[in-house]
Amino acid sequence: MNTVLSAQDISRALSRIAHEICESNTGSQSMTLLGIPTRGAHLAFRLATLIESIEGSSVQVGTLDTTLFRDDLRLKAPRALMATKIPPLGVQGRTVVLVDDVLFSGRTIRAALDALGDIGRPSRVQLATLIDRGHRELPIRADFVGKNIPTALSQSVRVSLTEIDGVDEVTISDLVSS
Amino acid sequence: MKHLLSIADITHLEAVSILNTATELAKVSDTPMKKLPTLRGRTIVNLFAEDSTRTRISFEAAAKRLSADVINFSSKGSSLSKGESLKDTAQTLQAMGADAVIIRHGASGAPARLAECQWMSGAVINAGDGTHEHPSQALLDAFTIRKHLGHGREDLEGLRIGIVGDVLHSRVARSNVLLLTKLGAHVTLIAPPTLLPVGVESWPVTISYDFDSALESLDAVMMLRVQLERMNELFFPNAREYSRYFGLNSARVKALHPGAIVMHPGPMNRGLEITADSADSARSVIVEQVSNGVSVRMAILYLLLAGDTSIKAGN
Repeated sequence: MNTVLSAQDISRALSRIAHEICESNTGSQSMTLLGIPTRGAHLAFRLATLIESIEGSSVQVGTLDTTLFRDDLRLKAPRALMATKIPPLGVQGRTVVLVDDVLFSGRTIRAALDALGDIGRPSRVQLATLIDRGHRELPIRADFVGKNIPTALSQSVRVSLTEIDGVDEVTISDLVSS
Repeated sequence: MKHLLSIADITHLEAVSILNTATELAKVSDTPMKKLPTLRGRTIVNLFAEDSTRTRISFEAAAKRLSADVINFSSKGSSLSKGESLKDTAQTLQAMGADAVIIRHGASGAPARLAECQWMSGAVINAGDGTHEHPSQALLDAFTIRKHLGHGREDLEGLRIGIVGDVLHSRVARSNVLLLTKLGAHVTLIAPPTLLPVGVESWPVTISYDFDSALESLDAVMMLRVQLERMNELFFPNAREYSRYFGLNSARVKALHPGAIVMHPGPMNRGLEITADSADSARSVIVEQVSNGVSVRMAILYLLLAGDTSIKAGN
């Protein structure tokens, strides 16, 4: 198991992403951050705090569970549903920034786009991810990336966050062949 | 979980996971787009060999919100009324490719028979069998109680719930006793001795014959329908006497402690086990039980049908 990002690296990456989000959106007024549970949701709240301190105004932030829209539901045992919390101003006509921890096949993001479409029609959707590990299976790319990590398919990338795991770090390990 | 046949079969963990899933699915009814693509392409059969309004419509609404195809099938107007056996019916459903059968049947154990035999391969959901169980009703009742009195907790630890009336004929009461006690609630059955089943003393409940004295300690009062259609002998002298001793009226609603809720699985005999003004009082969550029923049944269908049904559910 290799640590590829330390707590300090994560904090630097997030603060850069926060600046980039502000820059590309000229202000945070018409922006809604939606984190994909569980770790993406915590990252979204961290980014919201950072953006609030940069812009000096509050940011709409919530969570979006994609489980019910996944295309691999039938391949696995039933999954527990996570919380979806759409902030008061909703998504209609706003810029939605989806936040996830690891961008891999792109299938979660496709599911998130479908889930979003049922809630309203955002004027624009962007994607921020802490790690981009490659191996896309769909034509999806991130607008804001914390770190690109080239991986082999046989490897597994794990993001740990203090809110859940007690520590901030990103590790890569070789999957035990199953 | 492959089937939902009885509350006795499910664990505390599974029950909580159904309630949590229902909490998330309930939010779908608040969004403008009330439909999810999750069960697209699955076929669900409503096989109702006994009359039902709420349960059948509720399961149908739940299945449709998850985009499943629903085939309704009731004894009236089908070959069941010509005397077709359960086996032949099941084989017909299998041939049509049903992924799940929601069955209500007058014979206790009919859903279990359907699940055990090799007549069909789909999931079986018990929507009420004879005087045995009605698990989805108990789950929606627990969901309603948790929503109002749970204060963010996952189970019903320490809550005091009274189930009043015709326990003898009530599959709702049976499922509720099992589920509510499994979730940590304390259940009191309040009924005339003639309307309590044989062996009730072995149930994990307190039994009371005096509604008024039990009343003030209760957090929730669940009234049961007096099932006149199942009564072939005299269980109480007359309707007026029953209402006086075991009916919920406005005086008894006033005696409840603040915050307590009034429930009824429906259909109600207004004027017999519950007066119209208590059924429509601010304490009553009877209408809400119906809308919660859709969310809970969506959760059941999701957990039974969304995943690879050949893998055992893990949590």
